[in-house]
Amino acid sequence: MSGVRVLVGTRKGAFVLTSDGKRERWDVSGPHFAGWEMYHVKGSPIDPNRLYASQCSGWFGQIIQRSDDGGKTWTQPGTPPGERTTPEGMPKGESNKFVYDTSAQTGKPLTTHQWYDGTQHPWEFKRVWHIEPSPTDPDTVYAGVEDAGLFRSTDGGQNWQELAGLRGHGTGPKWQPGAGGMCLHTVILDPSNPSRIYIAISAAGAFRTDDAGKTWRPINKGLHSQYIPDPNAEVGHCVHHVAMHRSRPNVLFMQKHWDVMRSDNAGDSWQEVSGNLPTDFGFVIDVHAHEPETIYVVPIKSDGEHFPLDGKLRVYRSRTGGNEWEALTKGLPQNDCYVNVLRDAMAVDSFDKCGVYFGTTGGQVYASANAGDSWTPIVRDLPAVLSVEVQTLP
Amino acid sequence: MIRVILPGHLRALARVSAEVQLDVKGPVTQRSVLDALEAQYPMLRGTIRDHVTQERRPFLRFFACEEDYSLEPPDTPLPDAIASGKEPLLIIGAIAGG
Repeated sequence: MSGVRVLVGTRKGAFVLTSDGKRERWDVSGPHFAGWEMYHVKGSPIDPNRLYASQCSGWFGQIIQRSDDGGKTWTQPGTPPGERTTPEGMPKGESNKFVYDTSAQTGKPLTTHQWYDGTQHPWEFKRVWHIEPSPTDPDTVYAGVEDAGLFRSTDGGQNWQELAGLRGHGTGPKWQPGAGGMCLHTVILDPSNPSRIYIAISAAGAFRTDDAGKTWRPINKGLHSQYIPDPNAEVGHCVHHVAMHRSRPNVLFMQKHWDVMRSDNAGDSWQEVSGNLPTDFGFVIDVHAHEPETIYVVPIKSDGEHFPLDGKLRVYRSRTGGNEWEALTKGLPQNDCYVNVLRDAMAVDSFDKCGVYFGTTGGQVYASANAGDSWTPIVRDLPAVLSVEVQTLP
Repeated sequence: MIRVILPGHLRALARVSAEVQLDVKGPVTQRSVLDALEAQYPMLRGTIRDHVTQERRPFLRFFACEEDYSLEPPDTPLPDAIASGKEPLLIIGAIAGG
């Protein structure tokens, strides 16, 4: 492995951080798409030079950007055939269109979901939260969007089609927005079974398909959420993030609004593994690259106070798949720290000594080259970090 | 030639540094100008008007000759000064947020 590339999405642009295997000295490239909200940037597992980025703005809507050279240059997928440049000689692109499926063929016209006040509200596309490239085809990529839906492109991001069976599952009228909007923020492709996909929505819960997206079922048994009318409801849970180790695709770890959860049967049932965490509210959760029972979370004080407990930024690691947690503090601020770590802002590399990375709303990106034992900031003063992804380069 | 001034973020997206000039066939209206703009700069599709409804995005406004045309029907003719290229059509992002 030659090096590592950390892809950082922020409130005001994207940044690409690169280093060699020592992960001590870093080059910082960016901001790319300065001034735009970059919700997520992620690379293809089989073509590391192929990157996808979600660029959006409250003024101008959603753009998908693609790079074929590891983030050096970007274009919008959809260059019309025969039209290579604008009159100024620059490459042409095309904005990307996300339109909910209302076709008669699906039998799923545009439905409604629950609004904050309990009334029904039509689905309205706002942005792409998460991009998940296929593990086998660089031109196939999934997008989790707000209002919650799952889209797929098979032509490198030019055209997107909704996998409407998710929204058509029938529980949509009970889904409702979390504080950040009704977002589909987690997409996990089972590496051992191309027909199986896991997704998670705030605030609806987790869902699974076993037929490549045609039909879905909620997988929320065992979740208990005191802030909804029926704490054990089939849907309505505010799942913040879900993580999986590729060697054990039936084992899932979840950071719920409150509670850290674990499933050993592909989400059919969940058990709480918060154990000795000082608070089990949080957003991120991730799994060590080589130890499938080693997991990481960043506890946040509460849903009303989105910052670390006692002003101490601490990553918690469990080497037992949950329940028993140790605080990792070396190199992290242990006083007066009131940043947040958002749901897609943690990732791991796959060097022999697993690297762990996370970004904060204060603009720091921390790296650990020793599985979390100690941390160093790669950068300290970026805009608020929305997402962090890592590519271990061949 | 019709002249259009874009907000900074859309100039970056279209990779132009100044105002753009468009050749508009037929009556010069919001719709015909935006159709020509999107044909010449397809990366702007969806950023000014919704992809499907073709309605103006809510945080954008259209100004011509110091008048606000944002709420005018899209097929209303724009002023002669716009049609002749004497004045530019301004597409402006609303001042909202920081």
